[in-house]
Formats: sequence, C-alpha cells, structure tokens
Amino acid sequence: METLDIHRDAAKRAAGEKLDAITGVVASGNLEVMLERVLEGTKCEVHIKTSIAGFDEVWHAVIEDFIERWSPGGLRISVNDGGARPDTVSLRLAQGVSLMEAAE
Amino acid sequence: MTDWQTQKHERQIRLDAGGKFAIGKMVAANETTALLESVIRPGDRVCLEGDNQKQADHLAAALVAADKSKVHDLHIVQSGIALPEHLDLFAKGIATKLDFSYSGPQSEAIARALGSGKIQLGAIHTYLELFSRYFMDLTPHVALIAAISADREGNLYTGPNTEDTPTIVEATAFKNGIVIAQVNEVVDRVPRVDIPGDRIDFVIKAPKPFFVEPLFTRDPAQVTETQILMAMLALKGIYAEYRMQRLNHGIGYGTAAIELILPTFGETLGIKGKVATHWALNPHPTLIPAIESGWVRQIHSFGSEVGMDDYMRARPDVYFTGRDGSLRSNRTFCQVAGLYACDMFIGATLQMDLAGNSSTVTADRIPGFGGAPNMGADAHGRRHPSDAWLKAGRQASNGPPSMTRGRKLVVQLLETFGDKMEPSFVEKLGAVEFAEKMKLELVPIMIYGDDVTHVVTEEGIANLLLCRTSAEREQAIRGVAGFTEVGRARDRKQVEVLRQRGIIRRPEDLGINPLDADRHFLAARSIKDLVNWSGGLYHPPAKFRNW
Repeated sequence: METLDIHRDAAKRAAGEKLDAITGVVASGNLEVMLERVLEGTKCEVHIKTSIAGFDEVWHAVIEDFIERWSPGGLRISVNDGGARPDTVSLRLAQGVSLMEAAE
Repeated sequence: MTDWQTQKHERQIRLDAGGKFAIGKMVAANETTALLESVIRPGDRVCLEGDNQKQADHLAAALVAADKSKVHDLHIVQSGIALPEHLDLFAKGIATKLDFSYSGPQSEAIARALGSGKIQLGAIHTYLELFSRYFMDLTPHVALIAAISADREGNLYTGPNTEDTPTIVEATAFKNGIVIAQVNEVVDRVPRVDIPGDRIDFVIKAPKPFFVEPLFTRDPAQVTETQILMAMLALKGIYAEYRMQRLNHGIGYGTAAIELILPTFGETLGIKGKVATHWALNPHPTLIPAIESGWVRQIHSFGSEVGMDDYMRARPDVYFTGRDGSLRSNRTFCQVAGLYACDMFIGATLQMDLAGNSSTVTADRIPGFGGAPNMGADAHGRRHPSDAWLKAGRQASNGPPSMTRGRKLVVQLLETFGDKMEPSFVEKLGAVEFAEKMKLELVPIMIYGDDVTHVVTEEGIANLLLCRTSAEREQAIRGVAGFTEVGRARDRKQVEVLRQRGIIRRPEDLGINPLDADRHFLAARSIKDLVNWSGGLYHPPAKFRNW
C-alpha cells in the first residue's frame, strides 16, 4: 500500500454547505473518495492510499488538474484507490465536489 | 507440344486417389485423415477454413493427425488462425509457410511460434488482400471448408455463418483445386444452396457440429462511465456534425456504448433517421435497442453471431436473409462495402503514436489485422459523393474547391490508459519494436495516421482533418492524450490555440458535462435487457447468462 499527500491552495472555497460526502467504491479498477469540509480558507489536502505503486507523477498531474478545474478550497479529500485509471480518478473527484455543492 | 491441361490431369489423379475413401462424394469421418493424405501433396497451398467465427475444426484435427512423411511443407493460406490445431500443423512440420489475416485467440501462441522459427511468415493481410491473393498468387490447391448441411450432390447450406466460404470455394474450385467440406449433417434437401454442389468434391459428416465463437457480444453491464462519456462526445461531436448515414462500427466496448445510447442520448440530438441508417456490421446484440427504436434501416454482415439467428430471421427488413429465412453473411462483400460504401469507420485501438498511426501488435501478441484496415482507410477509388464524405474532404483540403475530393471519416476511440495502466499514447509503437525483432519489411500498422480523421478520448475530440502541419497534428493528439506521458508533455499554449480553432473539443465545448455520463443513458444495462428489447428473440450463449 502506497500513500501520497498533496497540499495546495485552491483558487476559491468549494461551493455548497455540505459537510462531508462519499462516492465511488473500493473495488479493483475503481476508488472511493471521501470529502470533508474541515480546512480553513482555500486550503485543500488530498490523501491518497493506492494499491499500485510507481504512479506518483500521474497522481500529481491528476490532482493538480483537479484542483485547477474545481477549486476545492476548504476540503480534505481522502482517496482509497483500487488501481483506478486516471480518467476514473478525475471523474470520482469531480463527482465528489458536486456532491459537496448541495446545501447541508 | 505444350500440355495446357496439367492442372486438370493432376486434379483427376488426386480425385481418383481420394475417391477410394468415398461413396459418391461422401466420406466417413474416420477416413478423413486418409482422404487428406491422398489428395494433398507436399508443398501444397492449403486453405483450412478458419474464419473469424466458423471453424473447420474436424478437418483441422484430421490434418494435424496426417503422416508427416506423406503431408509436409504445406503453405497455409487462411484468414483466421483461431484453433490450437492451426499452430500444431507448424509444430509438427506438416506446414511451414503461413499467410493469414487474423489470429485473435492465438495471438500470443503465434508470436511465440514466429519467434521460435517454426513458421515462415509470408505476410499479415487484411481480409480483402488475402482473398484477392487467392485469385492471384495464393490460389489454394486444396480448400477444407465448413458448412451446416450438405445433400448427396454436395450442395452446401452454410446458413448464417457463410463468412469466407464462397470466396475460398470460388478460388479453389475454378482453378482445378480440390474442395472438401465438413458438415454438421447430411440431408435430402438443403434449406438453401449457398455453395453449388458441382464445386464440392468430398463431403464429411463431422462427429460434432463445427465450432463457432461468439465474438461480437458485449455485455452492457461491463460498459464504463468513461466509455459512455466518449460515446456521448462521438455522437454529438461527430455523428451529429457530419450526419453520415453509412458506417461500420468496430467490435469493442467503445462502439457498443455508442450503440447503446443511440435510443437515449442520440434521441435528444434529433438525428434519428438522418444518421447511421445503413450499416456494414456483424450482428451486434448491443444494436438491438437502436434497431427496435427505428434508427437502423439496413445491415449487411461479415458473419453471424451466436444467439442472434431467430432475431434476424424475424427482421428481414433490416438484415440480408435467404429464401429459407436465415441470415446470409459474406465477409468479402461486407468488407468491400466497408471500404467503398461507408462514410465512416469508428473503432477502438490499443496504441497510437504522435502521427496518429495505430496498432494492436505488441512484442508478444500478434492479433493480425482482420478487416479493420479496410474499413479504416480512405478508399482512393471512391467516386460517388455524399454530404458527410464531402464535408470531411473540404475540412482537409488546401486546394481549389472545384477539385476537392471527399474523405472517409476514420475515427479512433482510445481510453488514454488501457489495462494495467498501460498508456494508449506512445512515442514509439510496440509494432515497430516487433518488426525490428522479427526483421519484418513492413511494420504491422493497423490504421495509418494519414487515414485517421478524428481521435476521441475521455479528454475530448481531436479533429486531424483541420490540422495543417505535422506539428499541429502532434499537439492535437497530445491535447487529448490525458495524463499519459505523451499528454503531459503537451505544449499547453498551442493546445489552447488548437481548441480555439475547433481542432480540439473538450466535453464542455460540446455542452457535455462528464458528470452526466452515467449508466442511466444505456438503453440496455445487461444482456437480459437486450433479450427483453428483442422480444425474447435473442438467445444469448450460456456464458453471457447470469439468470
């Protein structure tokens, strides 16, 4: 099991009021994403646990792109990865942020 | 005096030798190997019918069992290397040379056999090339074919899986060759005559019905959200823009996803009846919902598909059927239709380089070409216009409008990463390394980059027709290559310029939200749903049933 932590400042706070959300499943080729609105201002943290080693660069590229597109300021995001491909990771992250956009 | 009839005499000698095992044309199954030993000569070109689906498996096993001192150094000229027996022929030394098209299930075994020097490879062909060479320099001396039934005169009923048989028989029978058929049953009267009996020399009732593999059944349950997103991009960004009516789909999940969202997402685009009405296509079960919804006017098929027979029999307005009611397929004619009469080919591939060349060959796997290169190539002999063809031609042209010729749309679907996180976009194709290792004169490219018009990934569509330089093409491809190394090495500024010019289109440029791309768009979400759409006429093979 490999772990990876990425801390960034997003452009703005994530929209919505919801305090937490969870999407996806822990399964081969898939992943589970948990989002919590617990950080100050525009800070964003992404914690990744993955079953497949050796893709740090790809993870960094996927997460940077996600933060740029979705501005998830204030969110701590935990990823439990079962070997999902980057397109699935991007999709689940985007789904997670949309879930957070709901009112509380 | 020149003897102009040597082949005829030779044929008679072989017929007489084989006749010892026959009553009329009928030979008992347990005499098959003896028959083959008596009519086949060392060095013969033999076509052992291995099609995409239908296999002359009894004849294959009988040939493997032949005495090597009598039958050896054969040159096998067949489209499909599908059964282990096909490779056993080479391992045993019965055959030494091979010209073929497709090796799907044996793609790894054939790579090993080539590596060990057991096979002298002529070439890997497309179907049409190999079939054409049957009438030039690769005419079979002996053809070993498969049919459903025969009568005493040798008239054959090939039924829905006619596939390659008429072409093989034509080339062999009319050039003094010997044609031997294995059949599932001998009957008084065949349901229809697919092959006239005077082209058939010997008939054997095989102990078991010939093997047919369901190759084109894609379970909707396996279709992913990414594939649905790509299907939406293709429908809105290509189908709705070019409005092509005549097309061919590949056999992967990407095109299955398109078939499954025609009646849902496609319906919202208002293109039903205007787009994708005429098809060169195997009987894909995933097209049933679109057929039942009135999208499809006509389908001509290369072969059949296990479980689809009753459905097709009940839909003769859509499918080509015989007077007996069952499907008539014909690989050669359907390939020709795909080459000359289709405005679009769309299919998946495994690897693409920066020039848009693609291949499914890797160092340890040679699946061959099958027919994709015939579909996925602009036909330079085409001389009839259509709106879609002309529009594509205009987009690609720098020349005077009066002399603009059309272009076939050749669309490649690639998820940016494949199995085991293998990137689909690469600087150098595995096929190039393979060709170097095997010292091939020609790199086995499935579809050449200069024929490709669009590349669709989950990141967007790259329209290569609109690119004017190779540098633009490269950035257009990098610009949809996602998080692969090739994609990450893009020139971001240039990619943004290409996007402004409409060469690259993102989901948001097409008004598609990736979050909408979920399975509710699939008109059928399981094999069971397909059965229901067919009104119970589709009978999926056991391995696809979970109820």
